[in-house]
Formats: sequence, C-alpha cells, structure tokens
Amino acid sequence: MISFVEMMHLALHVGLPHFLLLSAVLFAIGLFGLFTKKGIIAVLMCIELMLNAVNINFIAFNHYMPATDLSGQLMALFSIAVAAAEVAIGLALAFRIYHDHHTVNVDDLNHLKG
Amino acid sequence: MNDLILSLHRLIDMGMTMAEELGTPEIILAAVFYVFAGISVLGALGVVLGRNIVHSALCLTASFIGIGCLYIFLSADFLGAVQFLVYGGAVAILIVMAIMLTRREDMAHSNPSRSIPHQLAALVVAGMFLLAMAAVALMSPFQTAPADIGDTVTGIADLMLTKYVLPFEIVAVLLLIAMIGAIILAKGVDES
Repeated sequence: MISFVEMMHLALHVGLPHFLLLSAVLFAIGLFGLFTKKGIIAVLMCIELMLNAVNINFIAFNHYMPATDLSGQLMALFSIAVAAAEVAIGLALAFRIYHDHHTVNVDDLNHLKG
Repeated sequence: MNDLILSLHRLIDMGMTMAEELGTPEIILAAVFYVFAGISVLGALGVVLGRNIVHSALCLTASFIGIGCLYIFLSADFLGAVQFLVYGGAVAILIVMAIMLTRREDMAHSNPSRSIPHQLAALVVAGMFLLAMAAVALMSPFQTAPADIGDTVTGIADLMLTKYVLPFEIVAVLLLIAMIGAIILAKGVDES
C-alpha cells in the first residue's frame, strides 16, 4: 500500500494517467446517461459526451507518448467532424420523429418491435 | 481542539514540503488541470442528473468548454479552438434549437430518467466499465516522453494534405451529405 504523501505526489504530478482517468469518467457518465435517459435529445447529448471523452484520449496520447507528428490530433479533428455530422443528422431525425409521432420518448418509438 | 490545530499545522507543513519538492510550476499545472477537469466532470454530471433539459444543455456546453481548455493544456491549441467553435458554438446552439422545436409541455420535467431499478443497473454497468478502464489506464506501462512537436496548425495542415488526404476528402463529402440529409429530413421532400 502506498502512503498518503506518495498518493498526493502522484495526484499532483499531472501526466497521461490523469487524462486517461478523466476520459474514462466522462465516458462512464455518458454511458450511464445513455441507459437512463428517456428523451431522444438527452440520449444524443450523452453520445456527444462519450465522443468527447474519446477525443481527450487521442490528444493526451499524442502529447505524452513519444510521437513524431500530430496524427493523434488529426484523428481527433476527424472525429469532431464526424460527430458534427452525426449530431446534425440525429437532431434532424429527432425533429422529424416529433413531427410525425408527437413524442421524443424513446420508449414510445417501438413500431419496429414485432 | 489543540490536537485538531496541531494536525492541521502538520498537514500544511507536509503540503509546503511537497510544494518545494515539486517546484511551483508543477503545482500550478496540477491546479489548472483539476479546475478544468472538475468543470468537465461536473458539467457531465449535470447533463445526466438534470431534470430540466435546457439546464442539461447548458451543463453540456460548460463540459465542452472545460474539455477545450484541457486541449489547450495539452498544447493542442488548434484543437482547443475547434472544440470551442464546433462544440461550444455550433453543437450547443443546434441542441438548444432542437429542444425548442420538440417541446410543448413545461420545461421543469423535460428531461425524465428511467425508474430506480433501471438506474441502478445502469450505474452498475457504467461503474464496471469505469473500473475496467481505470485499471487499464493505471496499470499499463506507457512510455511517456512529451515531445515538443512545434506549431500545431502547420503540423496538422501538412499531415492533412499529404498523408491523410483521402480521409480529409471523405470527411468533406460526409459533411456535405450530412448537411443535405439533415435539411431533407427536417424539411421533408416536396412531393409535387
């Protein structure tokens, strides 16, 4: 078991594990929201949180690993572009669903269930 | 009472010796990291636990901005600016617009959650995921050696138009398709 002082020392020396833990926490919060929220827009917001958590990993690895170029940052940039496309389509779908069914509750949208 | 003051003094002394060992810049870096990480995590919790979906959207924006500040902390200044513009600006406004367009009842209970058993199950799943990821993050022997990569804008532009030119073009086409698709989905096709 490591002592309290050693633990504080580790906690104050910001490095890769801090960012990996932060990203894991944000992803877990997004996952929790994804399972518990009922509104379709709240579910989309939780998906955005999870995508952001992944981007933190890309950029933290690019900064802390012995990298020679900025590939990690570029991957995060592509991920942001795809996420922007995803949120535009998702919100258009949410608007359409509300227009046709007068609800945004995911539990009521089970017409494909046999 | 005296014991309490004595132990407080001992704690402060311990903190001071630790600050001297680490050097002041390390402490400031840690403080900046914890402030922005706290903003992002509290914002994320606000999204999940909020009862009003407009408050959730506001918390989501705060979380995005905290994450953007962390990108700048990681010397990814261009990515930080992109994060502020795309997530803090465009996505936040899009989400608020969608909330406005899909509401008719009152906002106070506009962000309902599932029943308590559902929430407990989700908590267990998310907690197990968090434990697994934390174990992987803390136990993997990563070789860390922060390299000074230089100007990020030039580096990203060079990579984007040489090594990653095909993904770049595909993303451009994807964004165009998504834009047209979103307009058609939201507006509907003119049948005549």
